[in-house]
Amino acid sequence: MPDADHQPGLTDQRDPVAPPDPIDPQDLTEPIDPDVDLRVRSHRGELRQGQALVLAVIALGGGLGALARYGLAAALPTLPGRFPWGTFLTNAAGCFLIGVLMVVLTEVRSAHRLTRPFLGVGFLGGFTTFSTYAVETRGLLQPGSVPLAFGYLGATVVAALLAVLAGVALTRAVGVRPERTVRP
Amino acid sequence: MTLLLVFAGAVLGAPLRYLTDRAVQARHETEFPWGTFTVNLVGCLILGSLAGAGSALPSAVLAFAGTGFCGALTTYSTFSYETFRLAERKAYLAAVMNVVVSVAAGVGGALFAYTTVHSLV
Repeated sequence: MPDADHQPGLTDQRDPVAPPDPIDPQDLTEPIDPDVDLRVRSHRGELRQGQALVLAVIALGGGLGALARYGLAAALPTLPGRFPWGTFLTNAAGCFLIGVLMVVLTEVRSAHRLTRPFLGVGFLGGFTTFSTYAVETRGLLQPGSVPLAFGYLGATVVAALLAVLAGVALTRAVGVRPERTVRP
Repeated sequence: MTLLLVFAGAVLGAPLRYLTDRAVQARHETEFPWGTFTVNLVGCLILGSLAGAGSALPSAVLAFAGTGFCGALTTYSTFSYETFRLAERKAYLAAVMNVVVSVAAGVGGALFAYTTVHSLV
C-alpha cells in the first residue's frame, strides 16, 4: 500500500476546499464505516475514537446472536450420524437476514452508524457459525454417513447462498419501489 | 451458567473477528475476502481441536471456547454475503473460489486439528 501521508493533498484533511474522497457507496467491500479511508492519517484517528463503541456494540450483538444460536441448537439437537438441522437452519436464517439487512442499510434507508456493527457484524456474525458446520461435517465423515457429510456440506452452501439471494431480492422488491416512484 | 459462558465466549469472539477482518483486509489489494477466510479457518482449527479433546475437556470449556468463542469468531452470513457480492460484481471465478477454498480449508482444518489432538489425548 502506498504511504498516503507523504502525498500532497492528502496530508491536510481539514482544508475546507479539498474535495471529498471518492467513495462508491455501493461498494460493500469497503470497511464497515465506508466514510473512513484507512489510507488517510486523520481518518485513522477518527477510527480510533469511535472504535471502542463499535467494538462494544459488536461484542453485545455477538453475545446475543450466540445465545440465539445456542437456543436453536438446544431446540433441534443433532444426533450422531444424522443431518445437523439446528446449524443448517441457523446458518440459512442468518444468511437470509444479512441479505435483508444489507439492502435496507445501503439501498432503502440511511441508518444509525452502529446499526450494521450491532446487527450485521455482531448479531448475525455471532448467530451463524462456520466452525460448527466444519466440525459437524467432519463428524459425519464416518463409515455409513459419508454421503450425508457431503450432502450437509453442499446443502448448507447452496441454502446459504439462495437465502442471501432471497433476502436481497425480496427486500429490493418491497423496499426500493416507493423511492423510485418519487423520482421523475 | 452455560448461557453465561456461551455469551462470554461470543463477547470475545465477535469483536476479534471484526478486528482480524480489518487487519487482514487492510493488508492486501485483491477483491478476495481473506479476512473472513482467516477467522473461519482459525475457528475451525480451534473447534476441531476442542472436539478432538472430547470428554477430556469440561463442558464449561466447550460452552465458552467452542459454542461461544469459535461460534462467534466464525461466520456463515458474512461468508455467503461476500460470495454473493463477488458474483453480483461478475467476479464469478473469485466467488466460486471463495466457496471452494473456504469450505475445503475449513473442513480440512477441522479434520486435521481433530485428528492431531485426538491422537494425543
